[in-house]
Amino acid sequence: MSELPLSATVDAALQAAPATKARGYWATVGRRIRRDKVSMVCALVLLLIFLSAVVAPWLGLEDPYKGSMIRRLRHIGTVGYPLGTDELGRDMLARLIYGGRLSLVIGILPVILAFCIGTSLGLVAGYVGGKLNTAIMRTIDVFYAFPSVLLAIAISGALGAGILNSIVSLTVVFVPQITRVAESVTTGVRNMDFVEAARASGAGPFTIMRVHILGNVLGSIFVYATSLISVSMILAAGLSFLGLGTKPPEPEWGLMLNTLRTAIYVNPWVAALPGAMIFAVSICFNLLSDGLRSAMDIRN
Amino acid sequence: MLAYIARRIVYVIPIVISVALVCFLLVHITPGDPLVAVLPADASQELAAQLRAAYGFDRPLPVQFGLWLLRALHGDLGNSIATGRPVLAEVMRAVSNTVTLAIAAAIIGFSMGILLGLIAGYFRETWIDKVATSFAIAGVSVPHYWLGMVLVIIFSVQLNWLPAVGAGPGGSTAWAWDWAHLQYLVLPAITTSVIPMGIVTRTVRALTGDILSQDFVEALRAKGLHETGVFRHVIKNAAPTALAVMGLQLGYMLGGSILIETVFSWPGSGFLLNSAIFQRDLPLLQGTILILALFFVFLNLLVDIAQAAIDPRIKRG
Repeated sequence: MSELPLSATVDAALQAAPATKARGYWATVGRRIRRDKVSMVCALVLLLIFLSAVVAPWLGLEDPYKGSMIRRLRHIGTVGYPLGTDELGRDMLARLIYGGRLSLVIGILPVILAFCIGTSLGLVAGYVGGKLNTAIMRTIDVFYAFPSVLLAIAISGALGAGILNSIVSLTVVFVPQITRVAESVTTGVRNMDFVEAARASGAGPFTIMRVHILGNVLGSIFVYATSLISVSMILAAGLSFLGLGTKPPEPEWGLMLNTLRTAIYVNPWVAALPGAMIFAVSICFNLLSDGLRSAMDIRN
Repeated sequence: MLAYIARRIVYVIPIVISVALVCFLLVHITPGDPLVAVLPADASQELAAQLRAAYGFDRPLPVQFGLWLLRALHGDLGNSIATGRPVLAEVMRAVSNTVTLAIAAAIIGFSMGILLGLIAGYFRETWIDKVATSFAIAGVSVPHYWLGMVLVIIFSVQLNWLPAVGAGPGGSTAWAWDWAHLQYLVLPAITTSVIPMGIVTRTVRALTGDILSQDFVEALRAKGLHETGVFRHVIKNAAPTALAVMGLQLGYMLGGSILIETVFSWPGSGFLLNSAIFQRDLPLLQGTILILALFFVFLNLLVDIAQAAIDPRIKRG
């Protein structure tokens, strides 16, 4: 370095440059999102709801299934029942915390399944192109001819009530959306020079898709998928609310909202509690997804 | 323009046929015998076979689909098992109530969304933008069926200002434009409007921000154009995209009204769908979904054409 005839200005610029070594893309994204206060608060709230749902049996709560005819519909703030009791006299606090288990699973699992299926379909459609692309994408178009709520209701209405049917119907709703995103980002990447180089050096289509393309498209598809969780939570609870998902006496937020509907004239605010949980989870996922999106957009 | 419209209409034909196919198959993914609702529990084998032949269930699936499609094209979607009345008439009567609700919600949601979006986009990164954006995020994140319940709790149970359920005094389902009926529309319409409000706000905000940062806006300002004049250019440039988003939202409101109609017992297509599901009234279920999906397809077609009409760039593409 010392042999190079560096001018004073370049020298100064080098001195001013940070001494830290260059970070990778994901490390930078991670650092950016950790600085985003809104995202961190949302992550914290979600973590709290998740953890309490997981460790619910060890929290010393009331039995969420045990009702009592003499203590039905107690108000919020009743001694021993901080969030009141429901229409069968079951402790609301316990049911809300236990309710997170099913509600989160039926809300998030469809997006995870659709993420796996949709990414594979979109990757193949985008990379292989031609007739296969047409076949996959035209089939996807058919599902776009239905409003998503209608499609979910149609499938689970035809299949009948049940947790599994509700997960299946929501997965069918989200697969086309994720496939479209995956296909469009893959098409954008497939003709880039580094893919061409991999092909020239003899890599097979499967290797190219797995090694060279997947790593470059996964991020965008992932962010899109996280933005669907909020919709999925609302729809999954909505199906239970209609009586198409979870069956009683299982604690689940959508179903609780349904069974408590008759109580709005007696104890309105207890009846509204399960919906507040759905709202909290949904808005946190939405904000977190927005935060992730802007953190990944390094150019800004 | 005519060539573009013709091309778009031709594209719609395979979609319509596939939608019909999905609706047709819907009945065949239902577990159990499709005759279970009409067949007495102690029916003999012969009676079951007779009924199966009468309904055409003994023929191969593609033939069944062809016959069903042919009848559907003549407006015959079969009869409701629960009421015995023709499905088409039942659905159309319910759809008119859903259209009333969707249009009322669209007026509220779109005007609020456009206003908030323009303000947020213009005052980007200020506290005004933050307030408008928070509204939008809350709008798209709220479980609307729960919001409906909360509004009922506040305005019907606690304040007693507005009716909680129904679409008219004395359980009437025929709509009329007077206050006696309108007061039933207020809460469902506000509830339905929050999602489109949020999405339109986000779209218009992003469009406004993008357009304002383009060079031609700088040029307009440089030549001394007044800010209201600049705004006219912003609106003109944002209109095609905003229109497409709003058209799609209107379609979602028409097709996805089941949750809100259930909360408010609003006698529309969603309410009908709900009873069809729980009474296992398969012809009604199939017919309602088919008609709602066709509405959605044609609405999308109209939006595409309207978009091409106001944006000359689209026809060339």
